[in-house]
Amino acid sequence: MTSLNGTRSVALQINDLQVTYYTDAGRVKAVDGVSLTLQSGERLGLVGESGCGKSTLALALMQMIKPPGRIESGSAIIYTDDGAVDLLKLSEEEMRQTRLSKISYIPQGAMNSLNPVMRIGAQMLDAMQDHLPRASKRELIERAEHALESVELKRSVFQMYPHELSGGMKQRVCIAIGILLNPKVIIADEPTSALDVVVQRQVMETIRRVQEKINAAVILIGHDMGLMAQVTHRVAVMYAGKLVEVSNVREIFRHPLHPYAQALIRSLPRLKNKGVFHGIPGLAPSLLHLPSGCVFHPRCDRAMEICKIAAPPRSTTPDGRFVSCHLYDEQGNPTTPDQRGMQAHTSPR
Amino acid sequence: MRLSYVIRRFLFFLLVMWSAATVLFFVPRLSPINPIRERFAEIQRSTGYAPRDMEQLVKAFEAKFGLNKPLIEQYFDYISGLARGDLGYSLMRYPRTVNELIGQALPWTIGLVTVTTLLTFLIGTAIGALAGWPRSPGWVKGMVTPLMVLAAVPPYLLGLVLIYFIAFRAKLLPLSGAYTTTRFNAPELSLEFLLDVGRHAILPALSLIVASVGFWALGMRGMGVTVLGEDYVNFAEHKGLKQGRIFYWYYVRNAILPQVTGLALAFGSIVSAGILVEYLYGFPGIGSLLNAAIGANDFFVIYGIGMITIFAVGFSMMVVDILYPLLDPRIRYDRR
Repeated sequence: MTSLNGTRSVALQINDLQVTYYTDAGRVKAVDGVSLTLQSGERLGLVGESGCGKSTLALALMQMIKPPGRIESGSAIIYTDDGAVDLLKLSEEEMRQTRLSKISYIPQGAMNSLNPVMRIGAQMLDAMQDHLPRASKRELIERAEHALESVELKRSVFQMYPHELSGGMKQRVCIAIGILLNPKVIIADEPTSALDVVVQRQVMETIRRVQEKINAAVILIGHDMGLMAQVTHRVAVMYAGKLVEVSNVREIFRHPLHPYAQALIRSLPRLKNKGVFHGIPGLAPSLLHLPSGCVFHPRCDRAMEICKIAAPPRSTTPDGRFVSCHLYDEQGNPTTPDQRGMQAHTSPR
Repeated sequence: MRLSYVIRRFLFFLLVMWSAATVLFFVPRLSPINPIRERFAEIQRSTGYAPRDMEQLVKAFEAKFGLNKPLIEQYFDYISGLARGDLGYSLMRYPRTVNELIGQALPWTIGLVTVTTLLTFLIGTAIGALAGWPRSPGWVKGMVTPLMVLAAVPPYLLGLVLIYFIAFRAKLLPLSGAYTTTRFNAPELSLEFLLDVGRHAILPALSLIVASVGFWALGMRGMGVTVLGEDYVNFAEHKGLKQGRIFYWYYVRNAILPQVTGLALAFGSIVSAGILVEYLYGFPGIGSLLNAAIGANDFFVIYGIGMITIFAVGFSMMVVDILYPLLDPRIRYDRR
């Protein structure tokens, strides 16, 4: 577990972001009222089950939501040296210029993310040329080769084709492309999902090192809690399009607040109780038919009557943790059964 | 090494040519038709002239063409002739050689069909690429359907319609031929002649282009849609590239690869592609020659045209095989 040092300033502020997909079967709120603040230099892990809206959140920040999806409301303000900009208000051309230069995206499927008929160098140069049309080619080549070196690749990779590289090398190339223009925010969408554990570790280390060097904020999307514990400062837990808890990595592993986060942590294999596996009962809900009240209540082992009726409050604890659960009051303090006004009952499951 | 691959590929090309020539030699000889006897019978039917010593004449000509020798000997004569580029004499235009006849007809066909094939490829691929691109306007995306309907119409039928409306009714363009024979006695190198040839070529070219542009468009669009789903196109957009660059370098550049193979095959069939259209427009190309040769049982001309058709296919496939690594770096022949 690592701690955050270096200059602290807000890099990205997401407020009440809402993304909807208009499907034939109805409206689906893939991201529902997500608010998050990232400091520069910070690494935030974004975890949750498949389909909980992690990737949609990332795509929304890049303005890459394609119809039938739509960003309904909210703002995502990125703070750069040129001032504060709301990513969601940018025109198409402004957003194009912002991608990679201010906010960059490291893709999930690095295996196929590079154009098979272009040399690596050409794919780095074109990215820079479309953002820095006045830069000289020599300068850009030097910059690209430097970026390759910073992700521990040889300069000669510049001349190679994607099929000549291994999976881990391709992922490194994607990281090198992501940092070419020193962005303020880097979104890494399961950057290691296709790699074996040893290479995973190396690639994560690479991301960590280059990110610290340029002091960018990183949103690391994934569901590997072990990996999150090793590299992130804070962890945000998403469930059915909503954030349920955002806490420091140390705290969320020692003392998770939200029952879903607790269940996630409990489900991790531990050295002490080998062979005992705790899953989370039930399935992630269909976003088309969300449960009433708190969306997690059908699977929650601490569900109460109120959970079926009312959406939980969004609370921030005195030590800066975010949690959205009826077990906590507006100030994030645990509520007593009296305060809840109803009898807590044990889950039938 | 690259060079050794080229040599291997060339040897393979020779092998293809040899086996094709062998098949071409034996298949017609399985039929009981004697081309020389047929030729005389033809003269007899059309002129009523029946020489009394016809059997002897047939024998003499069989000896002249080597048809009286044992089959295996004929075969070796034929192959060695081919190797020297000698295709023998034409039966219908004796004593002119097959080489002469083909040499006269081929430039017309190559001129017409090469240009139309290239144009069709370029137009069809461009339309298909635009039709598959999500940002294209709706009418561009809808273009493929009417083109497919046109592609279902055979070129000769389309030719008839064009001849009737444009050449016969509206009298905008000449009805047939490759140049105005009343103005020019023989092909010459002058601007007027070239313009005249161009005017004559418009309708046949149009028939060929309109009839097949839809296939190219459909192929390109299908491939384009697949490429759009690839991660590298998605990542290109995440890189903040300009749309034009993504369109050309990421989308078209990858989707065009199968089209190029198709182009090579189309070049291979240049000789045969326009046979019906040439005939329809009285165009003095290979198609018209083949039509005449089949009508006159001129086996040697048919062989000759068959051989150059096979040569064209084999040769263009070889060229594509050798050039393909330049287009797609994943294909390399230097490892074995």
